[in-house]
Amino acid sequence: MCATTLAALHSGDTATIVSIHAEEALHLRLLALGFRTGKRIEIIRKASFSGPLQVRIGTTDVMLRRIEAAKIKVLKS
Amino acid sequence: MKRIALLGMPNTGKSTLFNRMTGGAARVGNWPGITVELLSGKILLGGDMVEIIDLPGIYDLHGFSDDEQVVRHFLHDNVPDLALVILNTTQIERQMSLLLQLKQLNINFVVMLNMADEAKKFGITVDVTKMSALLELPIFLLSAKYGSGYPEALQAITRALRYPTPGMAEQLRSQLEQDEHIEEEMARVLQHSVQVPARLSDQLTEKLDSVLLHPWLGLPIFFAVMYLLFQGIFIFGQPIQAGVATGFTWLREAALVPLLGGLPQAIQGLLLDGIYNGVATVAAFVPIIVLFFLFMAMIEDSGYLSRAAFLMDALMARLGLDGRGFVMLLMGFGCNVPALMGTRVMRSRAMRLLTMLVIPFSLCSARLQVFIFFTAALLSAKAAPVVLFSLYLFSFATAILTALIFKSRFKNSEPFVLELPPYRFPTLRQMVLRGWVEVRHFLRRATKFIVAGVVMVWLLTHLPPSAVPASHDTIAGMIGSALQPIFAPIGINEQLTIALIFGFIAKEIVIGALAVIYGLSGTALSGVLGHQLDWVQAYSFMLFTLLYTPCLATVATLQSESKQTTFTLLSLVWSLGLAWLVSFAFYQGARALGY
Repeated sequence: MCATTLAALHSGDTATIVSIHAEEALHLRLLALGFRTGKRIEIIRKASFSGPLQVRIGTTDVMLRRIEAAKIKVLKS
Repeated sequence: MKRIALLGMPNTGKSTLFNRMTGGAARVGNWPGITVELLSGKILLGGDMVEIIDLPGIYDLHGFSDDEQVVRHFLHDNVPDLALVILNTTQIERQMSLLLQLKQLNINFVVMLNMADEAKKFGITVDVTKMSALLELPIFLLSAKYGSGYPEALQAITRALRYPTPGMAEQLRSQLEQDEHIEEEMARVLQHSVQVPARLSDQLTEKLDSVLLHPWLGLPIFFAVMYLLFQGIFIFGQPIQAGVATGFTWLREAALVPLLGGLPQAIQGLLLDGIYNGVATVAAFVPIIVLFFLFMAMIEDSGYLSRAAFLMDALMARLGLDGRGFVMLLMGFGCNVPALMGTRVMRSRAMRLLTMLVIPFSLCSARLQVFIFFTAALLSAKAAPVVLFSLYLFSFATAILTALIFKSRFKNSEPFVLELPPYRFPTLRQMVLRGWVEVRHFLRRATKFIVAGVVMVWLLTHLPPSAVPASHDTIAGMIGSALQPIFAPIGINEQLTIALIFGFIAKEIVIGALAVIYGLSGTALSGVLGHQLDWVQAYSFMLFTLLYTPCLATVATLQSESKQTTFTLLSLVWSLGLAWLVSFAFYQGARALGY
């Protein structure tokens, strides 16, 4: 168990969301997509050339950029 | 008339349900945010006519993107008698929040848990009776795609419409800000009525993704798929097009010429060499258009476009765009107009404008007709598809160049967060419906622009009456000669210049216009063009056609979407200027090299 951001995780890792530090619009979109404190999140893969991440929360797969992922604090399990 | 609004998150099947209810043809795709316009249809329900409105998908009612505002304003201004809330059952644990937000609005509701077929496959079970009791709302399981659960849902809708509307709550926004309450309520309902397996068992999507999104195989596979697609369209479509064209020529000789023989010479000419030749030459491309859109529908519905966004986002980010912009470019291959409207899902205006600036370079199906005609006329069967593919690469290259040049003027920091839906396979019904929509769209354009266009071309090439048709003394000849100083350096002759001028209205007219100018149609026209032009001239012509303003409808959409005349002018001037420069560089370069 160690605290880090979503961007620092590798594919195959799972973690728990600790907090989201994003501006209001992005925060609302993330909430609507299921990003909530305490939710488990799995990194499915990372695109090459520093491309986006594919993550899974519950039954939803979401892609997001590393910049956005860096705004999400997680606890790696 | 009573009004029903379809509400739900993006990509939950609202349009599929809308089509099933109205028999209509809203565009359906496995891509969040495909509905950007409000579509409405009227049906008979329980003895009364009822209007059904398909609203764009929204994630929450607080939203700041254009489509979310559209929905909010719609609900404010047109209180529906019934809101049909559609949730994706496979994602119910997060979509419930929207339902609870909506529930506070105090409208009549019927809830549809759609994609029941997929949920079953994933092992998600929903106790509908329990959920209905907890939420105090009528809830139904449904598969809008296959139709199961539909009759029961329709009955419930008819019943619900009998009750009067409770009326819209006044303070919409303040009501909506009770997120905490929604969280608790959500947990309570879900805990008691839904069972989700610990891990989803969608093996197929996992397996496909491990190949299609492979770190370094993903992109080559993507381009290979694209190449095969266009190769397929050319190989299957071109012979059909040639066959249909021959059929039209036969019809003309066998039936129309004897039938119209009694009419005066000039009228005969206008009807046969003008309207018939022009329209028939364009109409011969209908099978290719249908084929193209069947392929497009398959890709759009499958969910592969979201994968393309994932694969290309790294490159697009360096261009000041994002993966969605790339998908819009791909959608622009069908028609630029809906692709331009699709940019509404972007919140940052700068990114939206930059995306709208690159979309017109996307090689749309109307331009495809011109290229298929020219490549088939001038090149060997082996070289033609390769040349066609090179034009698609040029289309991408100019889009990239445009973004690179203008990205500093349209700086933005739009976040990129997008759902990745599972792969889905379109039903035959959906694909046929889609093909039909495109044919109808084509016929509408045909009656509006193409007939008027070819009549104009015929008049220009036959007036004044003293001149020999299509000679230097006609109006068209004079315009062509006057513009030669501009077009001669890029290898485009007077006849082609006239066709290009009319191509400004719509690219479908280009081939029709050439048919009228040369007084020939189908294979005869190909023959003459093949004789008169060499491949360097033809390629220069195709490059110009690819890059200059796509059509009037695109210009009008640029204006209505940007609401900024300077932006529309920038797009016009830039595409015309770039078209000339690229054709000039290619033509002079090729000639200098001795071709």
